[in-house]
Amino acid sequence: MLPILLLLPQIVITAVFFFYPAGQAVWQSLFIPDPFGLKSQFVGLGNFEYLLGDPYYRASFVTTAIFSGLVTLVSMGMALYLALLADRLIKGAGTYRTLLIWPYAVAPAVAGVLWLFMFNTRVGVVSWYLGLLGYDWNHVLNEGEAMGLVVAASSWGRVSYNFLFFLAGLQAIPRSVIEAAAIDGAHFWTRFRTIVFPLLSPTTFFLLVVNVVYAFFETFGVIHTITSGGPQQATTILVYKVYKDGFVGQDLGGSAAQSVILLFVVGLLTIVQFKFIERRVHY
Amino acid sequence: MAERSGMVEKRGPGLWFTHLGLIIGVLIIFFPIWLAFVASTVTQPEITQPPMPLWPGDRFFENYRDALVSGVNAPVARMLANSLIMALGIAIGKIIISLLSAFAIVYFRFPGRRLFFWLIFLTLMLPVEVRIVPTYEVVAGFGMLNSYSGLIFPLIASATATFLFRQFFLTVPDELAEAARVDGARPMRFFIDILLPMSRTNIAALFVILFIYGWNQYLWPLLITTDPSMNTIVMGIKQMFPSGDDVADWPVIMATSILAMVPPIVVVISMQNLFIRGLVDSEK
Repeated sequence: MLPILLLLPQIVITAVFFFYPAGQAVWQSLFIPDPFGLKSQFVGLGNFEYLLGDPYYRASFVTTAIFSGLVTLVSMGMALYLALLADRLIKGAGTYRTLLIWPYAVAPAVAGVLWLFMFNTRVGVVSWYLGLLGYDWNHVLNEGEAMGLVVAASSWGRVSYNFLFFLAGLQAIPRSVIEAAAIDGAHFWTRFRTIVFPLLSPTTFFLLVVNVVYAFFETFGVIHTITSGGPQQATTILVYKVYKDGFVGQDLGGSAAQSVILLFVVGLLTIVQFKFIERRVHY
Repeated sequence: MAERSGMVEKRGPGLWFTHLGLIIGVLIIFFPIWLAFVASTVTQPEITQPPMPLWPGDRFFENYRDALVSGVNAPVARMLANSLIMALGIAIGKIIISLLSAFAIVYFRFPGRRLFFWLIFLTLMLPVEVRIVPTYEVVAGFGMLNSYSGLIFPLIASATATFLFRQFFLTVPDELAEAARVDGARPMRFFIDILLPMSRTNIAALFVILFIYGWNQYLWPLLITTDPSMNTIVMGIKQMFPSGDDVADWPVIMATSILAMVPPIVVVISMQNLFIRGLVDSEK
């Protein structure tokens, strides 16, 4: 009896706020409610067929792919660069770690407000100086600039996280291996390409998955504060579209179908992650 | 020769370039926050007639007082309190239910044990962002819109913490449990007197991670707190922007942004080692 009692709080909360809603999402995705919300009509996979044929939804997939690819690339690239520098220090790496770590604590939505403020078309400092240089910044109208801004804001806080893992990964590489290569005359870039980067690959791969998951699901706040998915659909990533169609557009069946598709995406990413972690245990 | 073998760690001019590169990186990372801080200490006209100054002004106390006492839709002090309650509720709630269920799964044999384990484990996979509409309906059905329980419960329904504690309990030597049993200790005594003190560091590390997770929630509070007095600070900032063409009250908004950052940053910096440990553990 005792073990069941111990499990009860978690089971109840999980059942009510997790399994039931997840089941509802799957169930609702098979129906279209009538305009008065009185009853629903069963449409089978109709919502999915409609979604996959919908150019806006397909465009949102492409947008999400570009967005998460860029966020992953920018935040990991910058973090690796800083970690490589910090790793070359005998003293002081810890100080830089402290200095670089804390943007992790800044919420994506707050990061969005900070970047919006810098690039605001009316009062933004950066956009003003860009104007001085003859560049007319306007992310409200320009789709490429809007994408650039949400990518920058989403990558910014993420650098901390990636830096931590890269630095730990670099410091775990035996010094003797690198010194041996240095004595053999291998310069920094050669050492990086032939020794450091291959030995760092478990960390890199892990971060790749984690950052894609982050860009997919945790950047809602950035998109919502900076662009609200616009201009037109230029920054409407999948999670934003679930919100917009479900809550703003009140298309429950369509939104539920999108949830189910996202569910598969998360499942896939999780499987990739676990496969990799299982492998890493044997390292 | 000496120079080459010393090339792994930089000395001399190379050392300074390394520092320079890092300092530039740190400055780039700092710049948005610096700018927000400056904006929170100047007057509205100084911002609306660009370019704004890059050095703090003298309106620090006025702007922060305005934000905390009146804000735009709701006093920011109120939003801070809401965020604190939500973050603490999520962190403490999740730690308690996870400790209990991990204890049950690791130390007891009972019918359905594997089933429960997998049911809980499944929840690792689905972030709240994916199931927002049906979860909203459930919460609305319970009449939990605009309430703390509505903010907290849906976000503790996941298994990350349970999984972590399970991994940790598995590393605790069986002899301890056996010794306790021989001494006639009942299971809950063993849990409270032995297991909990041993998990202290894990609990603290997890607390740091969960506190930040809870504090930084955006989408969920946005959906279920329609009453401004229930807004959390992170989601409340966006609500402070006027709709249409009105000019935003930038000094107050930026003061609020700074206030929204301070608690999680303090937690991260002051508990840095625990934080790193928590981060690495929760991703293992």
